[in-house]
Amino acid sequence: MIETFYEVMRRQGITRRSFLKYCSLTAAAMGLGPAFAPKIANAMETKPRIPVLWLHGLECTCCSESFIRSAHPLVKDVILSMISLDYDDLIMASAGHEAEAIIDETIEKHSGNFILACEGNPGLDEGKTGGMSCIIGGKPYTEQLRKTAKHAKAIISWGSCASWGCVQAARPNPTRATPIHKVPDLGNAPIIKVPGCPPIAEVMTGVITYMLTFDRLPSLDRQGRPLMFYSQRIHDKCYRRPHFDAGQFVEKWDDEAARRGYCLYKVGCKGPTTYNACSAIRWNGGLSFPIQAGHPCIGCSEDDFWDKGGFYDRLTSIDAFGVESNADKVGGTAAAIVGGAAALHAAGSVIKRVRQNGNGVSQKGDQES
Amino acid sequence: MSTKAAEAISAEAQPAIYVYEAPLRIWHWVNALSLVVLMVTGYLIAHPLPSMPGEASENFLMGYIRFAHFAAAYIFVVGFVFRIYWAFMGNGHARQLFLPPVWSRDWWGGVWHEVKWYAFLTREPRKYTGHNPLATLFMHFMLLWGTVFMIVTGLALYGEGAQAGHWTHDWFTSWVIPLFGQSQAVHTFHNLGMWYLLCFVIIHVYVAIREDIMSRQSLISTMVSGWRMFKDDRPVDDGR
Repeated sequence: MIETFYEVMRRQGITRRSFLKYCSLTAAAMGLGPAFAPKIANAMETKPRIPVLWLHGLECTCCSESFIRSAHPLVKDVILSMISLDYDDLIMASAGHEAEAIIDETIEKHSGNFILACEGNPGLDEGKTGGMSCIIGGKPYTEQLRKTAKHAKAIISWGSCASWGCVQAARPNPTRATPIHKVPDLGNAPIIKVPGCPPIAEVMTGVITYMLTFDRLPSLDRQGRPLMFYSQRIHDKCYRRPHFDAGQFVEKWDDEAARRGYCLYKVGCKGPTTYNACSAIRWNGGLSFPIQAGHPCIGCSEDDFWDKGGFYDRLTSIDAFGVESNADKVGGTAAAIVGGAAALHAAGSVIKRVRQNGNGVSQKGDQES
Repeated sequence: MSTKAAEAISAEAQPAIYVYEAPLRIWHWVNALSLVVLMVTGYLIAHPLPSMPGEASENFLMGYIRFAHFAAAYIFVVGFVFRIYWAFMGNGHARQLFLPPVWSRDWWGGVWHEVKWYAFLTREPRKYTGHNPLATLFMHFMLLWGTVFMIVTGLALYGEGAQAGHWTHDWFTSWVIPLFGQSQAVHTFHNLGMWYLLCFVIIHVYVAIREDIMSRQSLISTMVSGWRMFKDDRPVDDGR
């Protein structure tokens, strides 16, 4: 049986007296009457912590690396008191059949009541690799994913791998790595995308905390990302934004403007096209983020960011006819050709007119038959 | 009948025709002006000027450039909405931009004739009160659809900064960005669209000047005064 919140609090040394005080205070803080204190206490005593199955597909575990560095809330509080992290093959103590049995047990006991956290994505290639590009416990990861997804209450797609596909899905994508929401036959559980390579630690714990506290999904945008973290661009909250508006830019990596901390727009910052909370929440407990460290944003939380040209190009490269180019080169060339053609045509028109007049053609001209 | 008398009669048959009404002419020049501002400022947004010296708080160059871009864009959008309205309210020529008669064989014949005229393969162009068929085709696909594309992507990009709750975000950003995949692709295509419209402007200006000199009717003065003048007295070839 999964522990309730009350049991966890008792285990951590909180007396029943303190617990009841806490419930009364919570009711008062929420503006509820005294009658609600016992209701809150009852909920805390009877509501089990939400079981979480944390699966790993094709990925680099950078999401987990980020997650365990969460400072607000501390990741130990999330794992030890808020959720019941029943399965996470990266950090769990048990291994082998013992570990895999937990999945079946969770499905059996908590079907429809657990959260499925997906880190990484499955390779769907059934051809050359026979779906064997990612094996968990002797079986394709796809099987584990499908089996658990059908019983999950909700699915969280951690990171750019699960959300968009990321590097293993970049061209030519040999394993047909596919983001979670595009995997066929997954059931109907709602999918929350938390993109980033990796996502910010506090965003990850924040999403989980929200779901536990309010017992519902955070509101999502059209692409399935929580609005509270992904509704604004890096650019919108960037502390270097005043330099952008002033027209003060770093031109080269080692110039005076770089030392002065001017805007990195001209050296390819993708902040204006990247939806994430880096410039608001920052990293490592709010210490810094790439732009603060003097490096442009590479847009790691955006769909398909590996295949959008260089990390230092704000415009997508256009690879037509094998020529590497960008919108300005293509457009500039087209404009030059059109302009040149117009000039040549003008010259031709002048010649035609001179010749017609030279041939004694009157203003009326001969009727064309 | 003497030649003089014949000319007098046909001159009466071929008077100047009032083609472009005042609202349409005003739209044309306002639109042209806003396009120039949009292209120059748009280019400067993609490729900012060298850095300004001094404190950030003392400068607002990029801000002013972006303001000019957005202000011109609003004029461009309002002008386009008005232009659609005028297609219903104006005379027949006001509808030509929107409805090229692509179902008409004769019209396609006219397109082919104009192609030959531009390829120096025919001695004389036909005579039209409105646009010639090739010009109609060109206006429809380059100007009309180029404008629609730039307005939709432009409002979507504006909505990114204006954020959820602003009408540009709710009506455009919310579906245009997912349609293209991500914001960067929308930026890229908006940039390409600028070059597309620049190609339109180059061709349009060149052809207007050329036709003003070489065709059988007035062009540039018509967009100023509204009146189409003809250089000879033979009948117009509209509809052929």
